[in-house]
Amino acid sequence: MSTRDAENTRPKLAVFKFASCDGCQLSVLNLEDDLLALGQALDIAYFPEASSHMNPGPYDLALVEGSITTEEDAHRIRSVREQVKVLITIGACATAGGIQALRNWADLESFKQAVYPSPQYIQSLQTSTPISEHVPVDFELWGCPIDKGQLLRVITDLLAGVRPHLQAESVCLECKRRGNVCVMVAKGLACLGPVTRAGCGAICPGMGRDCYGCFGPSEGARKGPGVPPNTASLASCFHNELQLIPVDVMRRFRGINGYTSSFKEESARWDKKT
Amino acid sequence: MGQTKSEGEKKTRTIAVGTIARVEGEGALRVTVKDGGVQDVELKIFEPPRFFEAFLQGRHYDEVPDIVARICGICPVAYQMSAVHAIEQIFGLRVDGALRDLRRLIYCGEWIESHALHVYMLQAPDFLGYESGIAMAKDHGALVARGLRIKKAGNAIMTLLGGRSVHPVSVKVGGFSRVPFRRDLERLRDELLWARDAAVETVRWVAGFDYPDFSPDYNYVALAHPDEYPFNEGDVVASGGLQISADEFERHFTEHQVSYSNALHCTLHGSPYLVGPLARLNLNHERLTPLAKQVLADRRIPLPLRNPFHGIIARSVEILFALEESLHLIERYEPPPASASPIVVRPGVGMACTEAPRGILYHRYEVDADGVIRKAKIVPPTSQNQGRIEQDLRLFLPRVLDRSDKEASLACERVIRCYDPCISCATHFLNLEIEREGV
Repeated sequence: MSTRDAENTRPKLAVFKFASCDGCQLSVLNLEDDLLALGQALDIAYFPEASSHMNPGPYDLALVEGSITTEEDAHRIRSVREQVKVLITIGACATAGGIQALRNWADLESFKQAVYPSPQYIQSLQTSTPISEHVPVDFELWGCPIDKGQLLRVITDLLAGVRPHLQAESVCLECKRRGNVCVMVAKGLACLGPVTRAGCGAICPGMGRDCYGCFGPSEGARKGPGVPPNTASLASCFHNELQLIPVDVMRRFRGINGYTSSFKEESARWDKKT
Repeated sequence: MGQTKSEGEKKTRTIAVGTIARVEGEGALRVTVKDGGVQDVELKIFEPPRFFEAFLQGRHYDEVPDIVARICGICPVAYQMSAVHAIEQIFGLRVDGALRDLRRLIYCGEWIESHALHVYMLQAPDFLGYESGIAMAKDHGALVARGLRIKKAGNAIMTLLGGRSVHPVSVKVGGFSRVPFRRDLERLRDELLWARDAAVETVRWVAGFDYPDFSPDYNYVALAHPDEYPFNEGDVVASGGLQISADEFERHFTEHQVSYSNALHCTLHGSPYLVGPLARLNLNHERLTPLAKQVLADRRIPLPLRNPFHGIIARSVEILFALEESLHLIERYEPPPASASPIVVRPGVGMACTEAPRGILYHRYEVDADGVIRKAKIVPPTSQNQGRIEQDLRLFLPRVLDRSDKEASLACERVIRCYDPCISCATHFLNLEIEREGV
């Protein structure tokens, strides 16, 4: 324990998990080459998936994975917030409610019955909600999963005392820079790239398929930061040009980041038409 | 840790250990000890339910690989593979040749990545006496660096074929959205050759660990294929005597719900059984590569392995096998004429079992004439091993009951970690409680 005390001058990092698949935490471990360096720059004080040594708070920096889906977790995130200086959400679940937010459009009881023979044992909230609906969040990392390069950049910026800044432009710009052929123009695929936040490296068009929005809505394509993307225009293009029926258009927007306001509103418009 | 409280009147003692670390899964263990004997062992899964089987209903079949990948960030390919094979069965489609090879190759990548993480970062610290792989690196820097580099080689395969290692994007019903050129795959070769040698060293290293003498009587269940070590194809075989196709899975294996857990328990003819690397190795070691067989023989590792702690040996052998298999698949690769086979949608029901890093993963889908999912059922490896973990703890506990609460619970954690449990198929939050009555 004495060595630990001596290391206490380093900023303390904690990693917390709520409802999620662990993929964003795995992205931390996937830093591989930089992981051991990170372990030297920061005191990894609480990271149960990686270590049985668990130091109590307060922590300087917390990475929070997962969405809030139970009463207990709604309570737990508030106590986490009290213990941390800087709280960063990592990934679509923590930042936007995640794929499990698809329950938000359904009747939870019928969901429980579909999965469990005795649904009365299952404690769960009706909705899956992002961390920011419960406590103030200092920085949000998008993606399903997050991009480990973005994670490293944000941590390094914070350690250097700089406010992190990540691009919020659309995947299309990243795609053009990579020199991809546009899958919507060339293959007629219903690509969400025009309204999705960059950061992944335009992987899907790079692999010859349509973007499915896992980095959430882009910002500022038309009028600056905070302005939602033009989902309405893209959705009508899907319907009119690519011949998607309304239910298919609805499903495009009601996916991994379907609970973000701009995607939610767009899917609702097409839900009415089905 | 080791917090003790006594409830005077009942003379029961409850020991609550905060968190069992280095596992993927949110849950708790409750042990009741009465008059010096183990009365009850309950592995509770707290991982909040995420209802995948429910919200898959109403989605189009071509969205399924992207959705089910999100069940687990550590083994997304397994979920994608079981899904595409089940759906292809409905459409009467068989994916063969180079596309089949590429599916094996991306699965190799996942085994390497997931196993290397468990061997080096999650379980080895137990044998060397550290709290984590990162802490272990302070004294064993070269070892940990070797493990991380092997893991990275697995991730490189997944990234090349799938665009990224967590939730790859290219897997689809019928094949892939894009297939690599030969020269892309050849670029992996040098690193895979290095990793293969490192994997040989890994097997030698873990074979020298000090293992507790513990051999429960297991019914091992794994896929078995006449010609190859199994990934995507083969019959479901049990060492206790069973050989069936995935279509018959639900006639023999049944899921039960227990009041203390959010994960369903799966049993074979009403009894617990073991899936995962140990089961797979024991039922398939004859189809390992010559080098893997040689390393096992050199270290005088007797097969079948009956000790759950030897899971780390089985995992290391499978890392070696997966690296050799990857090199072999790359060697013979000729790009297929198309990245995916054409699909004719038709309604029906399809089932498939594939070998996730942690054991067999069963999927069943019902699809309507429009290609929309009407019903989905998923049985992950950890829900299959859950009953077996409880039984092993019941057998193991008597030998540690004379130790302090803290030491007894640490020993239980080590038993649990042998299975590399993946509880959401994910998390890490096992509260261990030992309740002692009449002490």
